[in-house]
Amino acid sequence: MSNTALLSSIVLLPLLGALINGLFAGRLPRRVVEVIACSTVIVSFLFSLKAFLQLMALPVGAREIHAHLYNWVAVGNFRFDVAFYLDPLSSMMSLIITGVGGLIHVYSAGYMSHDPSYGRYFSYLNLFTFSMLSLVLGNNILLMFLGWEGVGLCSYLLIGFWFTDVQKAKAGKKAFIVNRIGDLAFIVGVGLLLGLADGNLDFTYLRKVTALRTLYLDPMMVKGICLAFFIGATGKSAQIPLYVWLPDAMAGPTPVSALIHAATMVTAGIYMIARLNFMYALAPEVLTLIAGVGAATALFAATIGIVQRDIKKVLAYSTVSQLGYMFLAVGMGAYTAAMFHLMTHAFFKACLFLGSGSVIHSLHGEQDIIKMGGLRKKMPVTALTFLTATMAISGVPLFAGFFSKDEILWKAFTNAHAGMTTVYWGKIFFVVGLIAALCTAFYMFRLYFLTFEGEYRGPKETEKTIHESPVSMTLALVVLAFLSVVGGYVQIGFAHVHLLEDWLAPVFAVGSLNVVETMGHSWEYATMAMSVAIAGVGIGAAYYLYMGAGTKIPARMMEAAPRLYNFVWNKYKIDELYQVVFVGTYRSFAHFSHRFADAFVIDFLGVRGTGALAQGIGRVIGRLQNGDVQRYLVVFVVGLTLILYLWLQ
Amino acid sequence: MGLEQIPSHFPILTLVTFLPLAGALAMLVIPKANEGVLKGFALGTTTLTFVASLFILRKFDPSLGGIQAQLADYASWLKFFQIRYFLGIDGISLWLVMLTTFLGPIVILSSYTAIKQRLKEFLIALLVLQTGMLGAFTALDLFLFYIFWELMLIPMYLLIGIWGGKDRIYATVKFFIYTMAGSVLMLVGILYLYVKFGGETFLLPDLIKKAGELSVVEQTWLFIGFGIAFAIKVPLFPFHTWLPDAHTEAPTAGSVVLAGVLLKLGTYGFVRFGMPLFPDALRMLAPVIMALSVWGIIYGAAISWVQKDVKRLVAYSSVSHLGFVMVGVAAMTEEALTGAILQMVNHGICTGGLFIAIGFLYEQRHTRLIEDFGGLAKQIPKFAVFLMILTLGSIGLPGTNGFIGEFLIIAGTFQGTFTPRAPVIGRPGDFVDMAQPFAHGLFGSDGGMSVFTFKIISGVAGGLAALGVLLGAIYMLSMYRRVMFGPLRSRANRELRDLNLRDMFVAVPLVLLVFWIGLYPNFFIGKMRKSVSELTEYVRPEVRRRADSLDPGLLRRTLCADLSGKCPAECNPVNPSKACIKKGIKHRVPRVTMRTLHMMVDAERSHRRIRLPLRLELPKALRTTRTTRKGGK
Repeated sequence: MSNTALLSSIVLLPLLGALINGLFAGRLPRRVVEVIACSTVIVSFLFSLKAFLQLMALPVGAREIHAHLYNWVAVGNFRFDVAFYLDPLSSMMSLIITGVGGLIHVYSAGYMSHDPSYGRYFSYLNLFTFSMLSLVLGNNILLMFLGWEGVGLCSYLLIGFWFTDVQKAKAGKKAFIVNRIGDLAFIVGVGLLLGLADGNLDFTYLRKVTALRTLYLDPMMVKGICLAFFIGATGKSAQIPLYVWLPDAMAGPTPVSALIHAATMVTAGIYMIARLNFMYALAPEVLTLIAGVGAATALFAATIGIVQRDIKKVLAYSTVSQLGYMFLAVGMGAYTAAMFHLMTHAFFKACLFLGSGSVIHSLHGEQDIIKMGGLRKKMPVTALTFLTATMAISGVPLFAGFFSKDEILWKAFTNAHAGMTTVYWGKIFFVVGLIAALCTAFYMFRLYFLTFEGEYRGPKETEKTIHESPVSMTLALVVLAFLSVVGGYVQIGFAHVHLLEDWLAPVFAVGSLNVVETMGHSWEYATMAMSVAIAGVGIGAAYYLYMGAGTKIPARMMEAAPRLYNFVWNKYKIDELYQVVFVGTYRSFAHFSHRFADAFVIDFLGVRGTGALAQGIGRVIGRLQNGDVQRYLVVFVVGLTLILYLWLQ
Repeated sequence: MGLEQIPSHFPILTLVTFLPLAGALAMLVIPKANEGVLKGFALGTTTLTFVASLFILRKFDPSLGGIQAQLADYASWLKFFQIRYFLGIDGISLWLVMLTTFLGPIVILSSYTAIKQRLKEFLIALLVLQTGMLGAFTALDLFLFYIFWELMLIPMYLLIGIWGGKDRIYATVKFFIYTMAGSVLMLVGILYLYVKFGGETFLLPDLIKKAGELSVVEQTWLFIGFGIAFAIKVPLFPFHTWLPDAHTEAPTAGSVVLAGVLLKLGTYGFVRFGMPLFPDALRMLAPVIMALSVWGIIYGAAISWVQKDVKRLVAYSSVSHLGFVMVGVAAMTEEALTGAILQMVNHGICTGGLFIAIGFLYEQRHTRLIEDFGGLAKQIPKFAVFLMILTLGSIGLPGTNGFIGEFLIIAGTFQGTFTPRAPVIGRPGDFVDMAQPFAHGLFGSDGGMSVFTFKIISGVAGGLAALGVLLGAIYMLSMYRRVMFGPLRSRANRELRDLNLRDMFVAVPLVLLVFWIGLYPNFFIGKMRKSVSELTEYVRPEVRRRADSLDPGLLRRTLCADLSGKCPAECNPVNPSKACIKKGIKHRVPRVTMRTLHMMVDAERSHRRIRLPLRLELPKALRTTRTTRKGGK
């Protein structure tokens, strides 16, 4: 199999599935739909694996596979191809996308089995996989952007999948539009970059020129471009200030939340910045900003997560928070740590979402954790896998999340680069990250305890029907839970295991940022101890408040500070703020333009006014020509006299 | 162009242009009552025209340049006035002709059941209209162009006035008078050109050759004359208010033709006549055009968002979309102009399709108010897919046609930097006098717009135009959400029928084109490449091919070698010195892009300031470090 065929089939197989299921939606039997949808992604995963092995067989410096399909746009200076590019970074991403994606496809076959629009669902899901793969494997920024907007479209379609519900349709639209704000910045960045890069957007080319032409690039321009791309990333990866769409996106079917809004699409921003690391190396100030935004988001979202009651909303805020960690790592120049956390997060968060889906499926759509409880006895597999993933995300030692989060915190603590005005920025980010980790451990265990432990608090009639999910669903849970345990062993900083770092090194080495480690390695153990202690405190507090002696305290705290509680419960009223400031302003502008500027000034005064003026003049002049000969004569005589008089003078 | 050089060939352009008219004449003898025959005949005629136009596509040679020089048909006509019958085609008009012939059968098919009265006259009007549009796109003689331009007006006037909605008379009179007012200004401009050059020719290539003799003042006034006629047609803010009325009141077929083709005549006019005839005036007024079109993008999008009537919403969206096209035209780079022409075609497909979709709903429900719909996706899923694809194309999702056009316009505008040529090779006095009010603000001190100023202008224009991408998504998706999603409330909506086979013949070609242009635009771009690059090089000779090398030393040597020699070596060819302007020395900079020049200037500037390499030293606070490692860790 040639490289071109290999890479194209990885990307295009899911598209084929989407087309078949989309065109013949409703006419194919369920079983066929299912097989087409799942098999295309699974085969794509196998091809990704093959590509990965091929890449591994190559010498370290030359781990690149190119596949050129055709020339997409060629005009003037611009030349963009439809071509794919596999390097260690994109290989890793393609494995995650098709691997986790494949599991979620199989899971969906069980989860969506009762839905009438089965074909449409799988068509969208396959289309998403295709878009995500072209985002990751595209060899130039424009093709990446095709995937970038493509995943946005699928996200829109899947959030509003049950479109007869207005709220869901609105949530989909909101997601698309908020993402578009980021995409707008992205496009501007691409436009500016084209000016610097001779109309060539190939990653390999960009990397070469940024390495060679450091001197001739306008530094302000490079910073502007990097900032624009980062704004694009805040949209797609749900960071402050554009995170608002993600919690609403939970309106979609739960497997969608797992695949798109946890494991893959939302990590696109991190992937993009890691991909363009050579450019960000020229704009270290932007990197500091990224780290700051990441840390702030990590903490901010975690605090909202503490009080949420909707099982999916908690997980949504947790996703926003974990993405913040990844941005923090990226901003500290620790790309490997970011990608590491991206991977482990894909495992445990997908597992958590699928677990929550299993719960919701069994409770016939109930999502309020206050009305759950004691589900462990009825759904042991779900509960166990959920617990595993919860421990992973909370940073319990030896689970995957522990290693990756610890790596990020350590990098925040120690790294420094030219973009930082003071070394203390890193220390501040570290502390913020640590507090966020405390919140994470707390709300995740709160979620687990309220859902699976204690007594069932829901209505009695549903209690009898609670059942464990079918094998097609639990299979994915088990695999993901397993990965949430072992996924961390590819990179253990303190034990000098650097598999992932070595694998990704060629991507991040050339033209990279000069990163300085300001603290000695002995500190690494100290930070690790701190994060373990913090996780312990969080879990302990959750146990005390929701399982142990302090079960009354949460309610009492709510009563003690109702305004604070409500403020956090209403997500700091950010949505309302945006509604007033942005939507309101735009709406007033639109109404003003429509009613006053357009209808009155331009149309009434301008256009019809001109017409009226012409009519008026016509009417006045028309009076002079009324056919009254005597009057003509008078005018004639008076005029003649006047002329003669003036002439004679 | 020497007329004797024209090869004798089958007059395919004449055939395509007049086939619809011939069909219309033939229809006069078909009895009124035979509606089926009438419809079939009209459909057959337009289909035949489309098939014939495919031969144009086949015979068209993308490697040849020249203004409308291909497949030219010539006949001497009014000898006394030197008026000639002259049709020709080039890469710019090719796709607009194809768009017109392609929409022909689609329009007829989409109004198969919609028209209940005076069907025969309706079809005849559509066919005559098509001849008018095709003639206007292919005419090479300005007088002939004017005749076709006016010929379009009458059938459109009747289409809106007879088969339109409630306020059709108001709308059609407004449309007619507004357009007429602009046309008259253009006629004055045409006659001025004719008289100025000795009453010898109306032929565009001849006039372009002679237009170099025009002073900049003349150019500017003529450009304004032509420009207003075109701006009304586009429509450019603030000449747009006829459009929502005309669109809303017109029958579906009328709206489709109006949006799909008629508006393009405005933008086409700017490209075909404004650019080559009055290049200096265009450069000078480009910032004004850009400002108006960028404002149109935002303003149109905002108003569109608050419309209650779907058709009015789409009508205002045309103001926004055509603003994009005009930004691309005013940027005058090869990339942006290609994008603009492509976007004209895209708009024809998507907005034309949207009007067909609205017509489909209106025919069944007799309402266009958004609030009367809702939840239709459940009831008519095929239609929902059709509308969704058009919506996505319209908001420029990558993979659809809209993206290629919008992206090329935005990115091409960012590429755009220019200096007015007038002070260098024209009559400096005229130009500087006109530019004086701006001289110290907008323009550089030597009367020419500084590179920096235009960099800023096109940067801001490109950025604001990009805002259209966001605002477009807002109004289109809101519309889609309110019409298609949500619960299916009213009973009337539960009786809607989905697309039938005939509708599929309308929908599928449009959808295929949306993706074809989106995924393989090179087929379309390739045919227009030569014409567009010739035109942009003519208008902006300083913009040439990609630089061969990025070595600043080599760049400098290249530049110096190519200067005319009379100029002192220090003179910057981008922004020439006053001495050079006085002597009238030409500064041409072949084979180097403006962008490379800026890079050179930037590089020079940073050398002068002894700027450090970007890989900066670490700030002092960070220097007390223990280990330094490269890479991620």
